[in-house]
Amino acid sequence: MEALIVARNLWKSFDGMDAVRDLTLQVSGGQIYGLVGPDGAGKTTTMRLLCGAYLPTAGEVRISGYLLSKQPEMARAQIGYLPQRFSLYEELTVMENLRFFAEVRGLTSQMWYPRSLEILEFVGLAEFADRRAGQLSGGMRQKLGLAAAFVHRPKILLLDEPTTGVDPVTRQDFWQLIIKLSLEEEVAVLVTTPYMDEASRCTRLGFMRDGKLLIEGSPNELKAPLNGRILMLRGTPLPLLRDRAKEDPCVEDALMFGDRIHLRVKGGTKKIELARLKRAIRKAGGEVTQLRLIPPLMEDVFIAFVKTEEEKSTTHIEA
Amino acid sequence: MTIVIHAENLTKRFGQFTAVDRVSFRVEQGEVIGYLGPNGSGKTTTIRMLIGLLLPTEGKANVLGYDVVQQSEQIRKRIGYMSQKFALYRELTVEENISFYAGVYGVQNRNRLVEVLDLLGLRTLAHERVDELSTGWRQRVALAAAIVHHPQLLFLDEPTSGIDPTARRAFWDLIYALVEKGVTAFVTTHYMDEAEYCTRVGIMRSGKLLAMDTPPNLNTLYLPGPVFEVIAQPLLPALNALSACPGVIRARLLSDHLSAFTTPDVNATKLKKAMRDAGFIKARVEPSEPTLEDVFLALEAS
Repeated sequence: MEALIVARNLWKSFDGMDAVRDLTLQVSGGQIYGLVGPDGAGKTTTMRLLCGAYLPTAGEVRISGYLLSKQPEMARAQIGYLPQRFSLYEELTVMENLRFFAEVRGLTSQMWYPRSLEILEFVGLAEFADRRAGQLSGGMRQKLGLAAAFVHRPKILLLDEPTTGVDPVTRQDFWQLIIKLSLEEEVAVLVTTPYMDEASRCTRLGFMRDGKLLIEGSPNELKAPLNGRILMLRGTPLPLLRDRAKEDPCVEDALMFGDRIHLRVKGGTKKIELARLKRAIRKAGGEVTQLRLIPPLMEDVFIAFVKTEEEKSTTHIEA
Repeated sequence: MTIVIHAENLTKRFGQFTAVDRVSFRVEQGEVIGYLGPNGSGKTTTIRMLIGLLLPTEGKANVLGYDVVQQSEQIRKRIGYMSQKFALYRELTVEENISFYAGVYGVQNRNRLVEVLDLLGLRTLAHERVDELSTGWRQRVALAAAIVHHPQLLFLDEPTSGIDPTARRAFWDLIYALVEKGVTAFVTTHYMDEAEYCTRVGIMRSGKLLAMDTPPNLNTLYLPGPVFEVIAQPLLPALNALSACPGVIRARLLSDHLSAFTTPDVNATKLKKAMRDAGFIKARVEPSEPTLEDVFLALEAS
């Protein structure tokens, strides 16, 4: 599959502050690339660089083979962009809004209507075609936003935090639409999100922090090093369980959750070593009700990665 | 156990709009309550009523033994509140901010200032201006300001929005440290994975509290049956086939595979056979860990 979005060594500075640093990524048709990171990591700036709203300080962007800096019109015609705060005409109906976006995108008068019907059907808004946009719920607005971004059948969709703050059911529906677009129309989707649990829905993931892409891979590739190394520990009292676990030589990290602890153990830890931990807890007066392997979460992946990096940099300084 | 929050039919209407609709719950000392819901579901309005900033239209609530309408001043002295937009003076230093809040709450002991700075790992940043800190550190300063007067109960309104997982993790470790000392925490969030940090989770939608329980209980009470991951290709036909399998209540796409929750009588073997009968000979079916998202979707389906 050819790469539809190619960013090479992208930099963006504002007043000497590097918002994006040396970012390189590729997204092919049919892929959903999730850019995950906290506020201020550079996700939105990256989006704006990719859709041509910002000029990069250095580096280049190719969209469907067109160099964004040389052929911006050709490149932009391939892109559907849903910004974080997108504007609809509140006074216009759903259909009138779509018509506007369709015509801006150059759809002819014969084309826009059937296409709008089709896309409204797809996002589940067909029965609301005559409702004023100002009277839509938050979830419906997001779906209309997606319809507007996709009305001209772009090969590339850039979605900037499309599901932040929407309810889980709408979020679920929205993702089903995105996955279907990538599967059926082989669209290349780049989506930013602050939600770790959403990240596992992407086919490829990049974690951003301080303008840099820290790690990248498919969810399975990223989780692979932690497979068989995350355990759930339940019992009482939790603080004692955590403290004992932290003392165990096999345990790399012990994270408290509300009613349980997640342990990250060294690769190749044996059952007998876990039995030793259980004994140590019992000896200290605690009780273990459950200790079992669980699949790693993306959050575990991120935390483990950052810890390892920090340790590496400390050893480096010491050396 | 001491009850620290007792809300009964708590309701807030703004004109025609019901922001909080007959919400009732109790919180015991030492609990970490997650109050989960999308934007606009009534989370912040609930908190504002509990700390006496907003009068309930109907219903009543008691916080730390005080009535929220009659005795809000008593409540506010004893609670810590960290709002979504932290009320920090950006041009002041970390220490100046905390010292300001110490003054507001009448904290005389100067040692407390140092204690709080140490507890939150802010000692080395004491003389930095707040606007020069990252969001994660600013959140810690806001927490420091909210706990300087030794509150027994903490209200944290979306405390970790927009910070990275490591900073969020560190923040939660601080909350747990406070809870170990007997503090109770009431935390709103729209991150479903964050609710997993709490001992009990309340689920809000359109002003209504749909459920409040421990995460394992939410799974058993509201999920009709087990959750499975299904690996089968091509995905879209497989999704249709899975939706049609006996006992499947809701099936969904997860980028490169499928997920479904089912009635209690379904197991992996049965589901695999049903998928194979539908022509997906290579289908693999694995039991998966239910998440709060599954609970949410099940609540919607019911």
